[in-house]
Amino acid sequence: MQDFKTVEVETDLLILGGGMAACGAAVEAAYWAKEHGLRVAMVDKAAVDRSGAVAMGLSAINQYVGLKDGQNSIKDYVDYVRNDLMGVTREDLVANIARHVDSSVHLFEKWGLPIWKDEKGAYVHEGRWQLMINGESYKVVVAEAAKNAIGKENIYERVFVVGPIMDGERCVGAYGFSVRENTFYVFRAKAVLAAMGGAVHVFKPRSSGEGQGRAWYPPWNAGASAYFTLKAGAEMTCQEVRFIPVRFKDAYGPVGAWFLLFKSRATNGLGENYMETRKAELDNWAPYGHVKPVPANLRNYLMLLDVMAGKGPISMRTEEAIQKIAAAAGDQKAAKKKLKELESEAWEDFLDMTISQAILWAASNVSPEEQPSEIAAAEPYFIGSHSGASGAWVSGPEDLAPKDYFWGYENMSTVRGLFCAGDASGASSHKFSSGSHAEGRIAAKAAIRYIVKEKVAPAKVDQAEIERLKAEVLKPLRQFEEFKGATTQPDVNPNYIRPKMFQLRLQKLMDEYAGGVTSQFTTSDALLNRGLELLGLLKEDAEKLGAEDLHELMRCWENVHRMYQAEAHVRAILFREETRWPGYYFRTDKPKMDEKNWHVFVNCRLNPATNQWEMSKKPIIHSFVEQEQPVLAH
Amino acid sequence: MPSFVNPEKCDGCKALDKTACQYICPNDLMVLNKETMKAYNREPEMCWECYNCVKICPTQAVDVRGYADFVPMGASVVPLRSTDSIMWTVKFRNGTIKRFKFPIRTTPEGQAQPAGGFGGAPSLDGPTLFTEPGSLGLPAVWMKA
Ligand SMILES: Cc1cc2nc3c(=O)[nH]c(=O)nc-3n(C[C@H](O)[C@H](O)[C@H](O)COP(=O)(O)OP(=O)(O)OC[C@H]3O[C@@H](n4cnc5c(N)ncnc54)[C@H](O)[C@@H]3O)c2cc1C
Ligand code: SF4
Ligand code: SF4
Repeated sequence: MQDFKTVEVETDLLILGGGMAACGAAVEAAYWAKEHGLRVAMVDKAAVDRSGAVAMGLSAINQYVGLKDGQNSIKDYVDYVRNDLMGVTREDLVANIARHVDSSVHLFEKWGLPIWKDEKGAYVHEGRWQLMINGESYKVVVAEAAKNAIGKENIYERVFVVGPIMDGERCVGAYGFSVRENTFYVFRAKAVLAAMGGAVHVFKPRSSGEGQGRAWYPPWNAGASAYFTLKAGAEMTCQEVRFIPVRFKDAYGPVGAWFLLFKSRATNGLGENYMETRKAELDNWAPYGHVKPVPANLRNYLMLLDVMAGKGPISMRTEEAIQKIAAAAGDQKAAKKKLKELESEAWEDFLDMTISQAILWAASNVSPEEQPSEIAAAEPYFIGSHSGASGAWVSGPEDLAPKDYFWGYENMSTVRGLFCAGDASGASSHKFSSGSHAEGRIAAKAAIRYIVKEKVAPAKVDQAEIERLKAEVLKPLRQFEEFKGATTQPDVNPNYIRPKMFQLRLQKLMDEYAGGVTSQFTTSDALLNRGLELLGLLKEDAEKLGAEDLHELMRCWENVHRMYQAEAHVRAILFREETRWPGYYFRTDKPKMDEKNWHVFVNCRLNPATNQWEMSKKPIIHSFVEQEQPVLAH
Repeated sequence: MPSFVNPEKCDGCKALDKTACQYICPNDLMVLNKETMKAYNREPEMCWECYNCVKICPTQAVDVRGYADFVPMGASVVPLRSTDSIMWTVKFRNGTIKRFKFPIRTTPEGQAQPAGGFGGAPSLDGPTLFTEPGSLGLPAVWMKA
């Protein structure tokens, strides 16, 4: 194997990831760091201009509260999120993001993001909380501000972060490698902010060939945040709260504009609207089944019931919606003009954020104003910033957090010096692109305050430990090199497993035992326990990963990251003995919601000293509803 | 083959200091074959069809062919991105062609100012972020009564 040099970078605040939360963190940190003579560095596995979930662009900003115009209150947003998550939400975190999110949106506009305006100059809403944008360059613009703030020289692109560097119980840096040259990286810092997104391809995708890449969630966010925080020994929350989006079938084009802006319906193969025909089912999930809007997972569930009853295909009635709006525009001429406008808006919705869907429509000769298009539930993803909630258990802000949720610095995990934002922080869903940016800012300011107030000393890093980590990171390359000659076909070799097959093995077992697409999102105690056994064997075989080059080495570590996300997930659904989000997963042995015993957070931790998983219940403290405080059940 | 490269158009970005498609792909898929000096997508089944390689290629050598396992053949969706707008040409399987043009940004490239012209004089203590309260359009950050 070729030599790898080790490059050590020393900084004060280290930002991991270059997505929405990380870019927010960079902009905010730069200001406070300058005031206090501190340094900031950012590391991304890709190019910050086009990295993360917003790499392609977006067609809407999903969180805007509109505080300055008195459109909504903070409590309104907290209510919306709590209800959508079936009661399981850190209200202090959601409120904290909600009070700052408009600030990020107004900055995006100044930086150059075109936000739609009406004749009076007001933002055009897609729904109550969503704004329409021309968002092809959303990420480019947000990254530009971040780069201008911390300086290009402090950004390390194409460096894949593997895991944390610890000084006792304090997180003091990260290690990883360049995917471009033979370099092992060690970053030392006084505080670390993890914002490496969520995870995809933990479950088997619906497509089996080329289309595997077309998951709804981008294939490049592979569970790095979860692995990093778990390995640091941080407590995690809501690892059971996966997200399954219902989107246009196969290419996963967005449906938000259709449901919210164009007021479209979805119907089954018999022309029935499952939201009406299956309305009574919602009573079984009260009180959340009775709130408006109906929680996303329950909408999924009603649709899935139709699918399981053989009543598919399910279609978005685009033709109906468009014709209705056009007809309402007035005479024939006005209707024609409106139709043209709607057609362009419908296509832009895809071209700005899911170009594949535009290809699929064109390839199938679909004109949305003439015929409906199929929708379907995607495979499960981990995205704590959207309608899932998985992530680290972090401190709330001093003025909003109940004392059990406050330990000094906003968004600091239970590990000192480790802060989390965006998909990396849990129980604060529905922050989306804008809220993730705002949360990155909140976390960065708190991290600088931590460094200043605690007079954090530079990290001591044990050189022997660094050498050990380096050897561990590069092991797949060594293994491939050592054994590749043992067979005539490098893919088939009894001495190592290549990351692609390792990934397929993980996905197959998650799909079959943890409630993936082919098991219609259902699982049970027995299935989950069997899944854990298989995960145990997979974990042993992770020691035998083999990589031919740097790209494949990255694929090896991505799949190790996914495997940890998978285990946290399986353990959390197993621990929570009820079904609370039936449209995300269904436990056949515990088919009902159990408010009495399970109106709690499920937290977990991988104890670094013992390497054992520790599961716990944490009370949900409601500070925005006048209702009886639920008792923590044991 | 999600993204693919036309060998007649790709010049390996010889004139640039880095290979543009390789630089931008968020999933590290595009690579330059140093022998032929042509780029290719090394893992088509991990491509998101995000079009970043297509948009950045200086010679318009990259195109996308819809995922073969579910997309019928014969369509194409081609962007042309300038500094302030993007023009899309959508060709249907049945030959229909549609064109759409959308704005992409309202400021000159490179000019995004971190503070956006907003200012306050916040303290490191408390919840006020560095552009606040100005960037909120409110007199102060909301606090719970
Ligand atoms: C398909 C889709 C549609 C969406 N639509 C909308 C919408 O319309 N409106 C809206 O507001 N929000 C939308 N969202 C949500 C929004 O994109 C996310 O909430 C937001 O991007 C989360 O920010 P983040 O910083 O946590 O993660 P990301 O923005 O995804 O950033 C993660 C970063 O981590 C980096 N990274 C990952 N692993 C590593 C590693 N090992 N080492 C180094 N770096 C790493 C990545 O390269 C990336 O830069 C959508 C999301 C998806 C997936
Ligand atoms: S379309 Fe996107 S994911 Fe696919 S190769 Fe191009 S840049 Fe990479
Ligand atoms: S950007 Fe275009 S010209 Fe440059 S290497 Fe890639 S395909 Fe070839």
